[in-house]
Amino acid sequence: MSSPEGYGAPAPASAAVPDPAEPTLIVSNMDITYKVRGQDRLALRDVSFTIGRGESYGLVGESGSGKSTAALALVRYLPRNGRVSGGTIRINGRDPLAMGKAALRDLRSHTVSMVYQEPGRALNPSIRVGRQIAEVFEIDGESSDAATKSAEEMLRKVQISDPARVMGRYPHELSGGMAQRAVIAMALAKSPSLLILDEPTTALDATVEAEVLDLVAALRQEFRTSILFISHNLAVIAKMCDRVGVLYAGELLEQGPARQVFDDPRHPYTVGLLRCIPRRGQRKDRDRLDTIPGFLPAPGHAMTGCIFAPRCGLAQDRCRTESPPFFDVADLQAARCFYHDQAPELPRATPSSAPALATDGIGGPIVAVEKLAKTFPGGVQALAGVDLTVHRGETLGLVGESGSGKTTLARVLLGLTAPDQGSVVTLEDKPLNPDARRRPLEILRALQIVFQNPDSALNRRHSVRSLISRPMTRLAGLSGTALRDRLEELITSVRLEDRHLALRPYQLSGGLKQRVAIARAFGPRPDVVVCDEPTSALDVSVQAAILNLLADLQQQEHASYLFISHDLGLVRYLSDRIVVLYLGRVMEVGPAETVFIGPHHPYTEALFSAVPSLDLEHPERIKLTGEIPSAADPPTGCVFHTRCPRRLSTGICESTEPPLLEEEQGHLIRCHIPITELRILQRKESAPSQGGSA
Amino acid sequence: MSDLGGLPSPSADPLGSLGTQTVAIAVEAPTQRVAPARWRLLLRRPTFWAGAVILVFWIVCAVFGRSFAPYNPLAQQLLAANQAPSGAHWFGTDPLGRDVLSRVITGARTILIITPLATILGTILGTALGLAMGYLGGWFDTVASRIVEAILALPFVIIAFLFVVALGNSVPTITVIIGLVFTPLIARTVRAAVLAERSLDYVPAARLLGERPARVMFAEILPNVMPAILVEFTVRLAYAVFAVATLSFLGFGVPPPTPDWGADISANYTGLLAGYWWQVLFPALAIASLVVAITLIADSIEQVLAS
Repeated sequence: MSSPEGYGAPAPASAAVPDPAEPTLIVSNMDITYKVRGQDRLALRDVSFTIGRGESYGLVGESGSGKSTAALALVRYLPRNGRVSGGTIRINGRDPLAMGKAALRDLRSHTVSMVYQEPGRALNPSIRVGRQIAEVFEIDGESSDAATKSAEEMLRKVQISDPARVMGRYPHELSGGMAQRAVIAMALAKSPSLLILDEPTTALDATVEAEVLDLVAALRQEFRTSILFISHNLAVIAKMCDRVGVLYAGELLEQGPARQVFDDPRHPYTVGLLRCIPRRGQRKDRDRLDTIPGFLPAPGHAMTGCIFAPRCGLAQDRCRTESPPFFDVADLQAARCFYHDQAPELPRATPSSAPALATDGIGGPIVAVEKLAKTFPGGVQALAGVDLTVHRGETLGLVGESGSGKTTLARVLLGLTAPDQGSVVTLEDKPLNPDARRRPLEILRALQIVFQNPDSALNRRHSVRSLISRPMTRLAGLSGTALRDRLEELITSVRLEDRHLALRPYQLSGGLKQRVAIARAFGPRPDVVVCDEPTSALDVSVQAAILNLLADLQQQEHASYLFISHDLGLVRYLSDRIVVLYLGRVMEVGPAETVFIGPHHPYTEALFSAVPSLDLEHPERIKLTGEIPSAADPPTGCVFHTRCPRRLSTGICESTEPPLLEEEQGHLIRCHIPITELRILQRKESAPSQGGSA
Repeated sequence: MSDLGGLPSPSADPLGSLGTQTVAIAVEAPTQRVAPARWRLLLRRPTFWAGAVILVFWIVCAVFGRSFAPYNPLAQQLLAANQAPSGAHWFGTDPLGRDVLSRVITGARTILIITPLATILGTILGTALGLAMGYLGGWFDTVASRIVEAILALPFVIIAFLFVVALGNSVPTITVIIGLVFTPLIARTVRAAVLAERSLDYVPAARLLGERPARVMFAEILPNVMPAILVEFTVRLAYAVFAVATLSFLGFGVPPPTPDWGADISANYTGLLAGYWWQVLFPALAIASLVVAITLIADSIEQVLAS
């Protein structure tokens, strides 16, 4: 891998102390090319950005935008078929592309550290955690004892309360959050000048994510490290970064101060992306989300003009022929668009108002579960005495972190997992057989599911036509013209085209696959559709279209949804009522807006405040400490007491499980603290920002 | 509106194993074009070609061997017994004066009849059993797994031996015996593949349609485990060559004087002491070349399916 000629300027001989005035990282006009089957494909084009000392820079983009490629290139970790084909990189004034082996090793071990999405894969599974961290110090010549001490000290800095114990563990014995801290400890061990974080919290639960993000922010202060933060999550970037660059199909389209870019975006892509995300106050029945039409161009595209032009509502002839330069649109903010001044008025791709169909409104209960419990072998109590009802035509949002029992609840309802004795599941007041195989077809028809991952849920050997048709012939007894008509109607509703019918799932994009899965679920006209994280595998712009679709279909088909998601913004947008689960128990139930506005259960409160949001500043965060307890050995009394910041000093929380009490009309909370008191407590701390939410 | 231009968004895979062209073709005529693309990949592999050439050679020998073999493989010339390879007898002659080259050429027939038939039988039975074990699970799987393990613990020659003694050694019997001996082996591989498929959501999704177990197994799961079965089939085919040759060597193959590689080695290996190496070497090379050919093909198929 040779660097192009011209910047082989001799690197300053091992400049030990970087010049404080000089930026940590300067990337100018960087191109990256992959050679695929003998052909060069441009993966990144003309990307320039700088990161100053102690600054945090966010790189945000959807999948395929080239964010990770950019990060890999900085330390020359590109796969063998990739190379930096143009432009320059300077890290502390030195050019990694011109470095020899020894200098490169020094760069990777002392100057730049990386943290990846999966902490489990960054740690060696067969070496104890302490040893792995100590190694970093030993490389630098510390004695084994001193290195162990340094490792322990480092773990304490990443707020691991019992470092000695954690050091003796193997990576698989640590929870995801704990393992990611250990990785961060390792990354910071050498006080690098630049820390690259590539989706560091994407695999973590909301409350754990919040802790890790806080940790990174605190460490940044302490170590004065520059940070390159890569994420698809705009809210996380907004929370963590000083400046942000928006990457699309390998090109930087806009950059500037993070808050400013997200509050006043000036590139049509940024504008469109932000409109795809449900914001506080938006509801499915009033506001449809905007979408970005079209698809990302194929990699290696040979395109003239603006790369976003084919999908842009503002594009003129000029955009298709002439490549726009960066325009300074505001202080420190630049957008690569000729019509940046019109960007905020980008015409919507999707009309804003929901189609004015007469809603039948929400009817009586259709599905009810009582005293629902499920204990898996090994004593893991996934569900413990859950009572809830789904009403006709409503969306019931199910919220909780991993291990809360959300998915088990859905599986029990569908008859895929048998609940414990004494649990009651009814459909229209008739008890359901716990085993789907023993349920009559009519019952199977009534309950359908949209799985999280269409790759797994759609048989890859079947055509789209047979995937959608089969449930209709099986469960609704359709055949001949009736079947053809319904198929036609469905693919129109989910906006597939006729030509898709002959394809297999692997020939479709993620969004199209999920549309097939949705059409399949709606085929037999179900009464209740379980949506298990239906958009979590999709990009933001695709997610918006799917959410609109779910909202439209509910109107059209009068179905109820049990909507499971870890994304509170989505749940708020789509749900009529919300159930908050923790360790298999219902902590709070109520109408969506009531639950969100509060007063809430202390767990709900913590969960909401943990999730980064693009909306105005959050109330002071309610910090949870400790790990989510194991469902095999739940805490006594209130299961939340081990992490509850509002635990009562009387000891009642530790000894007695509070009842789920109806505190207001339809709003139930499982807490020893009376709602009036919760209201006072929570208003005191969060009053300033609550006014903003409608 | 919105995100449905139509083409599968290539963005999902920036390094695109599928170029835009391939995608475009796939969209126009998906069912006909996608599968052959894999076969074309196969044809690009030299190892596949090497294996195929050898295999085709032996197939030609098995079918037409009698017509182009230089001598009648059964014709005895007692005066010309135990002759070393020469211009007249390239591979020499055996103790009865029969031409070794002609016996090697025509000896391909039995082994090439029994081997594929036995392997097909074993694959069909093994697939059915493996699907049932993997999908139904529970006590059926437990019981069947123990039986399979018990059979696998015994050397297959012993089992085959028992059956041949009990049932006689005609071509159909040997075919069935080898097929049955392979069944548990193949069942175990298929079961493992089915277990991997069962963790995917389309299996519970089929159950939610009230599909019968037979349909879930054969219409939903089977097409997805076909690649694994195909690889298993080719691997077993090579084993079957060994199995047939071993049985004939032990005297349980087709009865003499029919030319047969294993039986010929068995009949003549004592001649090695007297220096008559050609009587053993050439049939042995024939067996080896057939096994190697099939293994090369199996390997190529596996590589192509894995890519």
